[in-house]
Amino acid sequence: MNIVERLEKLDRRIIFLLTLLAVVIPLLLPIGFKIKVSEPVKLFYDAVEALPPGSMVLVSSEYSPSTMPEVYPMNQALARHCFKKDIKIVGMGLWPEGIPLNQASMEQAAEEYGKEYGVDYVNLGYKAGGIIVISAAAENIPNTFPLDYAGRPIEEFEIMEGIRNFDNIDLIISLSAGDPGVRHWVMIAQGRYGKKVAGGVTAVSAPAFYPYLNAGQLQGLIGGMKGAAEYETLLETSGTATRGMDAQSIAHGLIIFLILFANFFYLLGKRRKK
Amino acid sequence: MKKEIPLLITFIAGMVMILQFFIPHRPFSDLQQLFNTWFLIITVFAMILGLGNLFKVHTKRLQRRPKGWWYSIVLLAGFAIMFTVGMVWGPARGTPFDYLFWNVHIPMSSMMFALLAFFVASASYRAFRARTPEATLLLVSAILVMIGRVPLGNYIWDKLPLIGDWIMSYPNMAGQRAIMIGIALGIVSTSLRIILGIERTYLSGK
Repeated sequence: MNIVERLEKLDRRIIFLLTLLAVVIPLLLPIGFKIKVSEPVKLFYDAVEALPPGSMVLVSSEYSPSTMPEVYPMNQALARHCFKKDIKIVGMGLWPEGIPLNQASMEQAAEEYGKEYGVDYVNLGYKAGGIIVISAAAENIPNTFPLDYAGRPIEEFEIMEGIRNFDNIDLIISLSAGDPGVRHWVMIAQGRYGKKVAGGVTAVSAPAFYPYLNAGQLQGLIGGMKGAAEYETLLETSGTATRGMDAQSIAHGLIIFLILFANFFYLLGKRRKK
Repeated sequence: MKKEIPLLITFIAGMVMILQFFIPHRPFSDLQQLFNTWFLIITVFAMILGLGNLFKVHTKRLQRRPKGWWYSIVLLAGFAIMFTVGMVWGPARGTPFDYLFWNVHIPMSSMMFALLAFFVASASYRAFRARTPEATLLLVSAILVMIGRVPLGNYIWDKLPLIGDWIMSYPNMAGQRAIMIGIALGIVSTSLRIILGIERTYLSGK
């Protein structure tokens, strides 16, 4: 085996080690790359910013711990943004694991801005059924979610007074890592009921939502950790997404280097064989 | 009658859902709400059925003891613990269920996903080759988007993020739209086949 073939079949443990270093070093020794805000994130920020104090935002969490590094920072930043502007949040979720994550985000922001559960925010919890839950909630929220995430009747909460259906919601935001998620909110809440919908999704699924954004069916879109970091930049806060961008930048750089390196030796080997 | 009744139920439910979309008034709007409620109830029973099946499959594995049977013990123990603490103390913040979620489930689940970074790096080194003009086009686009989507790209050349955005907003979006239209047409035709009773494989599995 010559050097070209050997490099082409590089031991994967070396690649694993390089990946580990590319992620760990920037986390321990931050570089502080400047984050440029993209148009879809700016639109998302503007959609929340345009709401007057006292507005009602429905935040639906459709993600799980596996996608937490990407979506959780969006959830945290969004809760901060809403409470900073005195916007009330009605939380819910079509994925069971998203409920405690949404709750933790809202609690953390509520502590910072002195907001109270049941008055400024509430978590309606999880309901199985995906798209049908959206359809049912659009017509009647208290019937679809009679209890909050901890099993307390929702009529106990001041925030739920006057909330009957989607007519009482000013903006719907779905933070999703798959289906059911943003797509279904667009199909039902936007397409059927004409509600304003914005979304936060993982980087890998973001390209699929550009047609909705371009068509005006999505008010804004946050894609992956980069999008979350951009949103944090707009809010002038430094969260986990901003801190993670250095590691992601270096990891992307490493993968690109590996692809180019492997292709160089592949093409060299091909030429030699000829 | 074994097939006719399910076909009739499918036809009525399907037609009502189509009609209520185009005529959102009584009686169709009421029927939609009624069907939504039924669907939510059925979904919960489907989940119970799924849990029962999971329990059955892994109990059988414990009896037969095939290779890796001890993973079934971990699964059943995890299931029993989370189910018990959830039923006894509920899922609210500060409960044992919440503690287990944040301190056991989240680290394990995140760790599984984090492993992907290593496999993606290794796979991209091994598999991403400029073998054909199409593969080269994909490779160049992927590199430009990857580097343009992180701050590092802006440091290398300030036009890289713009190129990445252009690829996402134009060629990507055109492709996505074509895929979405294709999927939508497929869903419409399959749904009509099911509602009209032409497609019956869901009844018997044949």
